[in-house]
Amino acid sequence: MSPTTIFAPASTPADSIFGLSVLVLVTVAAIFIAVFGLLAYVVLRFRRRSHDRSEPPQIYGSTQVELAWTVVPVLIVVALFLASARVIASVQNATHPPGALQVIVTGHQYWWEYQYPSLKITTANELHVPVSIPTFLTLLSADTDHSFWVPRLAGKTDLIPNHPNSMWIDPHETGLFLGQCAQYCGTQHAKMLLRVYVDSPAEFERWVRTQQQAPSSAASSQGQRVFEATACINCHTVSGTSANGKFGPDLTHLMTRETIASGAAANNHGMLRLWIKNPDAIKPGSKMPAMGLSDPDLDAVTAYLETLR
Amino acid sequence: MSTTAIPLPDVAARPLTLRLHEWVTTVDHKRLGILYIVYALIFLMVGGVEATIMRIQLIRPHNDFVSPQAFNRMFTMHGTTMIFFVAMPLMFGFANYLAPLMIGARDMAFPRLNAFSFWMTALGGLLLYFSFLGGDGLYGAGSAPDVGWFAYAPLTARTFSVGHSTDFWTLSLLSSGIGSIGTAINLIATILCMRCPGMTLGKMPLLVWLNLVMSWLVILAVSPLSAAQIMLLIDRYLGGHFFDAQAGGSAVLWMHFFWIFGHPEVYVLVLPAFAFASEIIPVFSRKAIFGYPVMVVATIAIGFIGMSVWAHHMFTIGMSAGANTFFVLSTMAISVPTGIKIFNWLATMWGGKLSFATPMLFCTGFLFQFLVAGLTGVTLAVAPMDWQLGNSYYVVAHFHYVIVGGILFTVFGAFYYWFPKASGKMLSEELGKLHFWLFLIGFHLTFDFMHIPGILGMPRRIYTYEPGRGWDFWNLLVSVGVVFQAAGVLVFAFNLVWSYWNGKDAGRDPWDAWTLEWSAPSPPPVYNYATIPTVRSRRPLWDLKHPEDPDWRYE
Repeated sequence: MSPTTIFAPASTPADSIFGLSVLVLVTVAAIFIAVFGLLAYVVLRFRRRSHDRSEPPQIYGSTQVELAWTVVPVLIVVALFLASARVIASVQNATHPPGALQVIVTGHQYWWEYQYPSLKITTANELHVPVSIPTFLTLLSADTDHSFWVPRLAGKTDLIPNHPNSMWIDPHETGLFLGQCAQYCGTQHAKMLLRVYVDSPAEFERWVRTQQQAPSSAASSQGQRVFEATACINCHTVSGTSANGKFGPDLTHLMTRETIASGAAANNHGMLRLWIKNPDAIKPGSKMPAMGLSDPDLDAVTAYLETLR
Repeated sequence: MSTTAIPLPDVAARPLTLRLHEWVTTVDHKRLGILYIVYALIFLMVGGVEATIMRIQLIRPHNDFVSPQAFNRMFTMHGTTMIFFVAMPLMFGFANYLAPLMIGARDMAFPRLNAFSFWMTALGGLLLYFSFLGGDGLYGAGSAPDVGWFAYAPLTARTFSVGHSTDFWTLSLLSSGIGSIGTAINLIATILCMRCPGMTLGKMPLLVWLNLVMSWLVILAVSPLSAAQIMLLIDRYLGGHFFDAQAGGSAVLWMHFFWIFGHPEVYVLVLPAFAFASEIIPVFSRKAIFGYPVMVVATIAIGFIGMSVWAHHMFTIGMSAGANTFFVLSTMAISVPTGIKIFNWLATMWGGKLSFATPMLFCTGFLFQFLVAGLTGVTLAVAPMDWQLGNSYYVVAHFHYVIVGGILFTVFGAFYYWFPKASGKMLSEELGKLHFWLFLIGFHLTFDFMHIPGILGMPRRIYTYEPGRGWDFWNLLVSVGVVFQAAGVLVFAFNLVWSYWNGKDAGRDPWDAWTLEWSAPSPPPVYNYATIPTVRSRRPLWDLKHPEDPDWRYE
């Protein structure tokens, strides 16, 4: 099964959309069969027979017939409209229950920033939420338009600069849910992937504790010196150090993430080194520049980043 | 009274440059119509090549046939080209050629405005493609525009779109927009003021009615688009902040401006397609159109409702539940008059004697595909379904079903139907049927299966995709369909050229049809009609052919 199908909902908004979709699809399928049947019948039944040169009787119209095929569609439209209106209200006007988690999602070219204001956590690209408890997402953009779409959890909502939006999810099952940016945002729109980890309460608790820890500040390494002496720190933050840039993903707990480059590559030694050396090799057109580090410096910085747990 | 015969110069003997010069300086509605159509056919090939490049890139995951930058330019250029420089010029070309002939007029109301409008449109296309050369500008970045055909702010701001590619896009749409509005004004004036004696509004051929409503929609829709382009230029060069969100402008404002153009634009294109179907289906069913007054009312209803549905393109931007609900209702409402049209065409065929010459084959394909496109349109009108399917390949499949399966099919039908009038030669029926079947197979391979990756979560406008999402197989099939479509279009192009030289002579009225243009010689002389005709019914040629049972007794 496709991990991104809209027909395997795992959260209330996706569920209500799925239910409505079934109703709508059955209705249009029925209309299709009726009208297509009519078309096929007409095409087969009323072919001109060869050598028949006479004109058929001319019929100019019929008010009764016109009325019938106006009223019936109107009734179908009214029914589908009422069903839609109900789902729109139930999804958009849902109240925030007490205990709901709040996450601020900021879209950047071409990655996702996640802030948990109540837990004082900032992370990137991999969203962790607890199972069953509703999570309300506030959607912001730092640059162009983006769209948050994880089909099994909810429909998409756009992230538009200077136009805060919101949406919510309440996943019923644990696991990894995939999606990706669904509003063209620039060169690397295709590799602005979404990963939502739905954790059991215990897992989520553990994840929160890890993210809240100060990073393991071992004796400052050669890699850390290179990192802090180059432009890396203009864009990246490693809390507790002089790196406090805001343009790129927060790297404080980089090694707790399974992927880098917004899901475009696995977070392992080889890919990490390649990403620092030449980001275009993984995501051509991404905003991270190649820093032109010497091989020893490259190894040192990679080794340093691999200590960020 | 004595008349002196003025000897006409021998046309064929004049040098090529002089004959070309006549095409450039012409103000004849028929020549301008042909210019529009030839121009559109050239861009159809260009846009088709761009689509083919995209489909090769997407044939498998992580393909690297083109760079992401090049892919983004391809989909921007493909969309812009197909809408503004293929679909609209095709429709204007046919309207230009046919409307005066069908209302018994000698030319459009404003022949010079007509020429000006065409050349503004032509300039627009040239500007757009000049970006491949000039888009680098001083910055050395970007060439063709890569902001998508609806160019959402703030991606078009100078911060995100350096160089001049976006400027070429803007100027191109501005220029062709002026041309479109000019032609629309011209068509309205022609249709309202230049009908021959006896042709009241209620006796106009449906094609003319539909183009009248289309012209009003062009004025209403293209004006805000042109205004938005000017605002964008002000933003980019005069320090304006209409769409600059960082300075208090609004990205959503651009969306409203674009879609108040963009949705009526669909009806601008589909009404002429309905117009072709409304002329071709009766002739090949040998019956008068069923429910003419209802067809006219449905057209006008589509025009009005079509102006109130634009925000269904914006269900995901965070409008209130109330606003979303309103646009669900208005969008669904439009399916009622369109449904009525489908039923009326079916009723026209019902009890007729159908002959499936190529024009009718294409119109039958249109009926089937437009039915499907309308129904997927209903699914997308349901805002919650749009939250899932909006901006996915399902939407891409849906609107190609409308534009290719609906509109382009009737345009092909119109070519086979009216080419004999414009050239005096019949198009080859054998090649026509080959064209139809190749294109039909290619169309269904590509656009039927394109719905599925959308349902499986594949967004549009991505230059590559991840394996393991269930998208690979469907994308392969979609790409294979391109081969058949391309073959069909090449057969069509060959047919046009071959039949122009070698086709059978058409005579005035090869289809035994009923509207006025078939009473003129093929091709019609510059002045169309030596004597302005007088009509008494919607089918003047039926009246002539059946004096014992004329239409005007029943209308």
